[in-house]
Amino acid sequence: MKKRKFLKNWPLHIMLLPAVILLFIYNYIPLMGNIMAFEKFNPNKGLFGSKWVGLDNFKYVLLMPDFFQVLWNTFYIASMKVIASIVVPVLVALLLNEVRNVKYKRVVQTIVYFPHFLSWVILSGIMIDVLSPSTGIIGDLFALFGAKAPFFLGDPKLFPYTLVITESWKEFGFGTIVYLAALTGIDPTLYEASMIDGANRWKQVLHITIPGILPIVFLMAVLSMGNILNAGFDQVFNLYSPQVYKTGDILDTLVYRIGMIDAQYGVATAVGLFKSVVSFTMLTISYILAYKYTDYRVF
Amino acid sequence: MKKTTIGRKVFVVFNYTFLTLMALTCLLPILNQLAISFSSSGAATAGEVGIIPVNFTLDAYKYMASKAAFFDSLLVSFQRVFIAVPLSMLVSVLAAYALSKQNHEFAARKYYIWYFVIPMMFTGGLIPTYMIVRNTGLINSLGALVIPYLVNVFNVLLLMNFFRSIPKELEEAAQIDGAGHLRVLLSVILPVSAPVLATVTLFFIVNHWNSWFDGLIYMNSPEKYHLQTYLQTMVISRDLMAMESLRDVRTSGTISDATGKAAQIFLAALPILLIYPFLQKYFTTGIVMGSVKG
Repeated sequence: MKKRKFLKNWPLHIMLLPAVILLFIYNYIPLMGNIMAFEKFNPNKGLFGSKWVGLDNFKYVLLMPDFFQVLWNTFYIASMKVIASIVVPVLVALLLNEVRNVKYKRVVQTIVYFPHFLSWVILSGIMIDVLSPSTGIIGDLFALFGAKAPFFLGDPKLFPYTLVITESWKEFGFGTIVYLAALTGIDPTLYEASMIDGANRWKQVLHITIPGILPIVFLMAVLSMGNILNAGFDQVFNLYSPQVYKTGDILDTLVYRIGMIDAQYGVATAVGLFKSVVSFTMLTISYILAYKYTDYRVF
Repeated sequence: MKKTTIGRKVFVVFNYTFLTLMALTCLLPILNQLAISFSSSGAATAGEVGIIPVNFTLDAYKYMASKAAFFDSLLVSFQRVFIAVPLSMLVSVLAAYALSKQNHEFAARKYYIWYFVIPMMFTGGLIPTYMIVRNTGLINSLGALVIPYLVNVFNVLLLMNFFRSIPKELEEAAQIDGAGHLRVLLSVILPVSAPVLATVTLFFIVNHWNSWFDGLIYMNSPEKYHLQTYLQTMVISRDLMAMESLRDVRTSGTISDATGKAAQIFLAALPILLIYPFLQKYFTTGIVMGSVKG
């Protein structure tokens, strides 16, 4: 019986084979490769030939003068981004939902989704221009109010907020998609019933619309817990410069500099592994919470 | 519906103004860049350009046309997309179809699905990934930019969820007629899956077009860089370095080719801009159907 089932399903196994092999090589082997965090890794000697150093790489990381500052930067920037990535799209989705002119709504949606599809290389090229205090449009904008534009990309005090604002600018439109879908899913008879009961638009928003999307907002919030150390490598790498390292350097850029520039592979892997473990833990907790309190299933 | 209160009117005015402003903030920086690329170098360096070109000229584009490095990297980008996207779609669709079966039809599914999901939750990290790409001999070849990305678990799950939402009856009817799995996939599933196929194709194209870091670490020589890596090393990092030494890029006068830079940035964004309208109508339905069920 079992054998017959396998025979019937063999095409399915074959269909999965290419993906299974590729995942093994490029995802599972690197997963195992994390053991180089415990080695003085030498590429010529390989994973099994390099010298085993136990926790030395981790000790080295903890003794680095900037490590805790970088860890804090990462956490601070990432958590502000997580909050902004929920608040702004929900707000814009609620406002878009009140628009009755379908054509206008569609035009706005088309425009605000667009920055999501551009890379941080392109966008930082644009941002460096726009945010230039002397010649960028931002300078003109501040001049309009008789003020002098601050140096958003060069001032260490402002840099983390510049990151959060520009990231929200890129992603808020795309973020609204999920909430707009949830909003159209609200039963229209609820609105009709409330109208008969004499509820005005504001009351409808308060008692029908907001409760209607709250579950999905909660779900998105829970699922974003896994991003608690994802401060956005692409963005930071393309916008930061040594003068803002103090507040703008994050774990991922640190891994890059230690690993790819200084070729301290073991130490860089140790930092990376630390980040992976924290992210994995948060992600697992978030999936368990989502599983328990909503009907969300990953698969 | 009966009467509009003053509060409602104020809200509507505020709402339209606010949303228009939000849309403008998304549009203006891109238009500004376009305008700079068509302006004279003097006006651009002085920061006089808003959203309308000042002293309209095609100089920047003429200058670009003479720049071989730009076109070489553009060619690598096109090669990358045209090779990687069809292959990725093939591998992903096959895997997603198998994973879309019910557990009782395909008992091994529950093991496979974990095998796919684990890499999504726990990643190998930069250095181990770099090492395996190096050990599989892909450094300095196009393969490094294609092969490691052939399976994207997120996209596979998107396809799988869509395939699962297709009524079972369609498939069963074909099976009664003697169709095997491949036949069912080709004749039943794919013809009704246009939205999700378009969405995932868009994601693959955009991912490959936009990625830049892999070129930076996997390619040893700048002539192997694809467009985004070329831009990153030639334009962005240089600007950031100038910013470091002189506080502000444009005042330094070191970037006299501000217009050339804008032209390159705009040309790099152009392919995305061109495919965007065709695929935009698909990706919202694709995402919504794939990720948020019921």
